[in-house]
Amino acid sequence: MSLSDRYIVHEHDVLVIGAGGAGLRAAIEASGAGVKVGVICKSLLGKAHTVMAEGGIAAAMGNVDDRDNWEVHFADTMRGGQYLSNPIMAEHHAREAPDRVRELEGWGAVFDRTKEGKILQRNFGGHRYPRLAHVGDRTGLELIRTLQDHGIHQGMEVFMEMTVVGLLTTSGRIAGAVGYDRERGRMRIWRAKAVILATGGVGKSFRITSNSWEGTGDGHALGYLAGAELMDMEFVQFHPTGMVWPPSVRGILVTEGVRGEGGVLRNSEGKRFMFDDIPDAYKAQVATDEEEGWRYVCGDKNANRPPELLTRDHIARCINREIKAGRGSPHGGVYLDIGWIKEKMPNAADHIKRKLPGMYHQFKQLAGVDITTERMEVGPTTHYIMGGIAVDGDTQMSCVPGLFAAGEVTAGLHGANRLGGNSLSDLVVFGKLAGEHAAKFAKSTTVAEVDGAQVDAHARAIEEPFERTGGENPFVIQSALQDSMQDLVGIVRTEKELQLALVKIAELKARHAKLSVTGTREYNPGWHTAIDLSYMLIVSESITRSALERKESRGAQFREDYPEKSAEAGTFNLLTKRAADGSMTVMRRPIVPMRADLTAIIEKMK
Amino acid sequence: MTTPTSPSQNASRTVHFRVWRGNREGGAFANYPVTVSEGMVVLDCVHQIQATQAPDLACRWNCKAGKCGSCSAEINGTPRLMCMTRMDTMPPDQSVTIEPMRSFPSIRDLVTDVSWNFRVKTKIKPFKPRKPDNADGSWTMMQVDVDRVQEFRKCIECFLCQDVCHVLRDHHKHDEFIGPRFLMYTAALEMHPLDTEDRLKDLKDNDGIGYCNITKCCTKVCPEHIGITDNAIIPMKERVVDEFYDPITRLFRMFKPRN
Repeated sequence: MSLSDRYIVHEHDVLVIGAGGAGLRAAIEASGAGVKVGVICKSLLGKAHTVMAEGGIAAAMGNVDDRDNWEVHFADTMRGGQYLSNPIMAEHHAREAPDRVRELEGWGAVFDRTKEGKILQRNFGGHRYPRLAHVGDRTGLELIRTLQDHGIHQGMEVFMEMTVVGLLTTSGRIAGAVGYDRERGRMRIWRAKAVILATGGVGKSFRITSNSWEGTGDGHALGYLAGAELMDMEFVQFHPTGMVWPPSVRGILVTEGVRGEGGVLRNSEGKRFMFDDIPDAYKAQVATDEEEGWRYVCGDKNANRPPELLTRDHIARCINREIKAGRGSPHGGVYLDIGWIKEKMPNAADHIKRKLPGMYHQFKQLAGVDITTERMEVGPTTHYIMGGIAVDGDTQMSCVPGLFAAGEVTAGLHGANRLGGNSLSDLVVFGKLAGEHAAKFAKSTTVAEVDGAQVDAHARAIEEPFERTGGENPFVIQSALQDSMQDLVGIVRTEKELQLALVKIAELKARHAKLSVTGTREYNPGWHTAIDLSYMLIVSESITRSALERKESRGAQFREDYPEKSAEAGTFNLLTKRAADGSMTVMRRPIVPMRADLTAIIEKMK
Repeated sequence: MTTPTSPSQNASRTVHFRVWRGNREGGAFANYPVTVSEGMVVLDCVHQIQATQAPDLACRWNCKAGKCGSCSAEINGTPRLMCMTRMDTMPPDQSVTIEPMRSFPSIRDLVTDVSWNFRVKTKIKPFKPRKPDNADGSWTMMQVDVDRVQEFRKCIECFLCQDVCHVLRDHHKHDEFIGPRFLMYTAALEMHPLDTEDRLKDLKDNDGIGYCNITKCCTKVCPEHIGITDNAIIPMKERVVDEFYDPITRLFRMFKPRN
């Protein structure tokens, strides 16, 4: 019996897995190159996690401060990433982001405007000048809707609510993917000459997270199992400001835009604690007092930024320190106060509602807090992974021929810590590059034969949980994994706890192999969670092993037993690879060397 | 709007949920007791049911913060987002009923087939901008000129307005009427300062704008509080009337044809 008798078979030149900002931008580019494109979304089109991005998209257009240009943005990104970023990618990103933003405007995006009618840009952590094009605090929605509404007219075929369970390879080269549709649970094969992973992040492996159910590291795990390398997996970004109360909303994001608009962090004693600890690399760029910080927010070019606009890794640790020292808020966070700006401006309440409508609405409705008059309680939340599929900086292709990656699932741009606003720009800059090069690759080759045995193995594997009875509920195992990762592989890490985490992950793998699911294959969340768990376990192991191997504190990785930065550890990235026997290995690779002209930019901007 | 309450006023309590379970062929309500504590929303209760009582209970959700528009359902008969419906706004000591959106075909439990909406959108003429104003490919637009369009672009495509609209819900005019979501989508394109396309004939002939009789049910259920009827649909109705039914304009056009 042929494959098409047993499975639904689709054929494309380029298959894009994931329909957030990166996936859609890649699909638009590939479609424009004249190849046949398929896009698989895990949810409905337009619901991907990009929609949750709030503050803005970083692009050195210089609309608000004409001193800004791509060189400053490049230097800011490298500094924020603690010099582990791939400089080739950081250069592409800084140079091309302005064009990608203007392109969005040409596709119908409507950004907030300056008085002169240009695209308005706002301040954000780690960016020297106001750089984030935005629409209030719903920039991600604007981005994904623009790409969606433009994309549906470019000829791509969209597969909504389908999940990929394996990449297919033939003689080491990509041949397509296999998965199922949520509605009926039917197995499908997508044959393709090139595949682009654009599956986003892994936050769901932690208990407190801003990520939705989708953030289970599918692309990370699929790529790893197909032979790609994962890089920088120890670097998980804990966003400093997530909601902490009530419990049901714990972890939901509070945009950095609140601080960009003048919001300040205070402890239970009312002190602005961020002034107490300013890293050396930023001393020259931070305000000396509150008054100077406010002038910066108002656009005074001679003022330095308030310390609330330092990088996320640092602020998350400072908040953690205040809470541990007993200076936290009643529900285990600290206070974020934007209402105080009424001392500085008339109509402050209206200003806040106009600049931060989503935050106003979110706190009012979910927490009963009016942010124009009351302080918010906030604390760190798992938000983003800097690590992911290792790719070539110019083409976005992994070490598996024909397998590309773009967006959060990719490593390289953000190094040890991502700057706010650099994610949306990452999506469109590298989405475009991946789409362009995947189309080029597809045009240069024929479709590889699909190995039926690989497909059958996947089909059997996903059916197994139904055949077992009396096993654990997948949600119980998912919750146990989230607890382990949160408690043992969180903001502050130690050798002992990381080792314990590995033991726990091994136990959970064994439990995962025995779980069972009830019901049918039709839209069954328990079954879907059982499948997602296999990805989450792989990703969690990779994060933990990499965190163990990096014996220093840098960016998002803070090791209590190695609290200092090590010069030697700044010379390598860590790679996770699958060994021939199926075991996971972590190895060092020297960082990508920087060209002399780029080094000169870094020196100039110091 | 809710007010903050202290934990002592709001200890855990048990609430009985009636959740519709079924598929295309039919279904019935199933009862689940849920332990509700402070700050919980209806979606938390559904998740608790999944995690402890019915792992195969189907529902859509993503962001859990009212930003993605996935968890639309009918809660005690009203179309709402489950993630933004706080349990302390429900009448105490009464059960809570959750049903799928009834204007769309059932897939399973709380999940409906909303693919019609995605097909409708592809038929609307896409954005067609004028040439860039500036050499770098950018345009000059004033904030005051984009305020109205930005209001419409807040739409999270939860399709609650489509669910509540009687033209779709009761009269099933899916083939002749695009519904409030897409009338507003068309309005956002028509009012976009850069757009050069003309969609008025489509609105009249294909999109069924005349079916809307301004009951404003769509505006009432919109979780983004967009003025769908007043700000989008009525101005479009007026433009259609001006274009096709105003005798003075028609007379005027005889002497000055449209370009």
